[in-house]
Amino acid sequence: MYARALKPLALATAAVSALAFTMIFFWAPLDADQGFIQKIFYLHVPMAIVALLGFLAAGVMAALHLRTRDRRWDIRSYVAVHLSIILAVGVLVTGSIWAKASWGHWWVWSEPVLVSFLITFLLYAVYQPLRFSIDDPGRQARYASVFAIAGAAFTVLNFVAVRMAEAYTHPRVFSQTGGNMPPRMFVTFLVSLAAMALVFATLWTLELASKSASERVRRARRRREREADRAELASTARAGQPPATAPTVSASS
Amino acid sequence: MTASGQPQTAARGARRQVGAARAGLAILRKDLRAELRAREAVPAMALFSVTAFVLFHFGLDRARLEGDVAAGVLWVTILLATVLAVNRLFVAEREQGGMEAMLLAPIDRTAIVLAKAAALFVFLAALEVLAVPAFGLLLLGGDLIGALPELAALLAVADLGLAAVGALVGALAAETRAREVIGPLILLPLVVPLAIAGVNATEPLFAPAGGPAELGRWLGLMGLYASVFMLMSVAVFDFLLED
Repeated sequence: MYARALKPLALATAAVSALAFTMIFFWAPLDADQGFIQKIFYLHVPMAIVALLGFLAAGVMAALHLRTRDRRWDIRSYVAVHLSIILAVGVLVTGSIWAKASWGHWWVWSEPVLVSFLITFLLYAVYQPLRFSIDDPGRQARYASVFAIAGAAFTVLNFVAVRMAEAYTHPRVFSQTGGNMPPRMFVTFLVSLAAMALVFATLWTLELASKSASERVRRARRRREREADRAELASTARAGQPPATAPTVSASS
Repeated sequence: MTASGQPQTAARGARRQVGAARAGLAILRKDLRAELRAREAVPAMALFSVTAFVLFHFGLDRARLEGDVAAGVLWVTILLATVLAVNRLFVAEREQGGMEAMLLAPIDRTAIVLAKAAALFVFLAALEVLAVPAFGLLLLGGDLIGALPELAALLAVADLGLAAVGALVGALAAETRAREVIGPLILLPLVVPLAIAGVNATEPLFAPAGGPAELGRWLGLMGLYASVFMLMSVAVFDFLLED
């Protein structure tokens, strides 16, 4: 069911990403203060927004899992968390590079979005250890869902708290540029955001397609083994030999 | 028929509610009695806190702390000590079969999470009664008595939030294979907002010159945190118990 959506999604992702890269490097104006390094903004901020929405979406899917008891929602939630963690690493790395270039330090505590991301990342980094240290599959799904719901609520609270801690001490870069960004920059940003969202959607669909395919393969293999066992049993019964005698015969010869 | 049926269901509903409150109180009483007899959580937390103060004294190489450093040391110590209680909160139930007994009993499961959160709240309050004076004695350079009313209000609201989040995390981690590791790793990022609010609100209280206290703002944040996690714990706790 996921594989059918994969091809159009992948094509759209390739097209929009190519468009975004072209716009970033050939159409968007160079930032007057920061120069070329400002272009990392088109990667960093969309990544952050998509990762954040991914965590929130994972919480919603987890709630749907608990409500409907449909295991597929748990798998969807898991894949969304998993991809968002990868994007969060990207956010931290690109944010760090940007901070080094424009403020001279690899890490700044005065940028609330970056700090919130670090805390959120530290929390979600425990999602997989928690999930895979529970053996029972049903319980694993339920506990992971509870974690994802708590994590989504926490992500919002955490952003509020970190923003409150920094609110009056430091003006934020994004709100400065966001308010009076030149239209070309803003359009490029929107296209980059769409590209990042499509990348996320494609990877999400791809991983789900692969998971459902391997699940189906596993089920088919189990069915085939069962059928083979049954056929063997039937053939030995037809030959008039009870199956238990076969090993003793071969051992004595 | 229907007229007589309605009051009957209402009465049954009321009886169930009383049952939940009574069951919760019974579990809370059991936890507090176990703590009074075995003295597992609070003495360990208090000892941990005093040891942490000693470590901070040498780590920071200061005899007396003031302002933001003092607030930070106090709050970080309390939040870290919380880990000890959260780790123990459900372990005894799992190890000694208390959980099965509670699940078999015909009680509302909300009672279990509320009782566990209440027990954690009591443990934290007891810890703070011991740890805050110890902090004032050992490290604080400022005036503890003057700061006490505000500090008590902050700690009380923070304890509500810690109790809610601690009950949830304790239940989550209790079922995992590496629960002593998983529990703290989940809990510590989750309490960062409380650390932010606590330190920012306490900093002017411990500053020598005093400062503009924005108590309401930080109490509001802590209250929001406590209510969100309390509601969420009650909402999702059923799913952690069913088997």
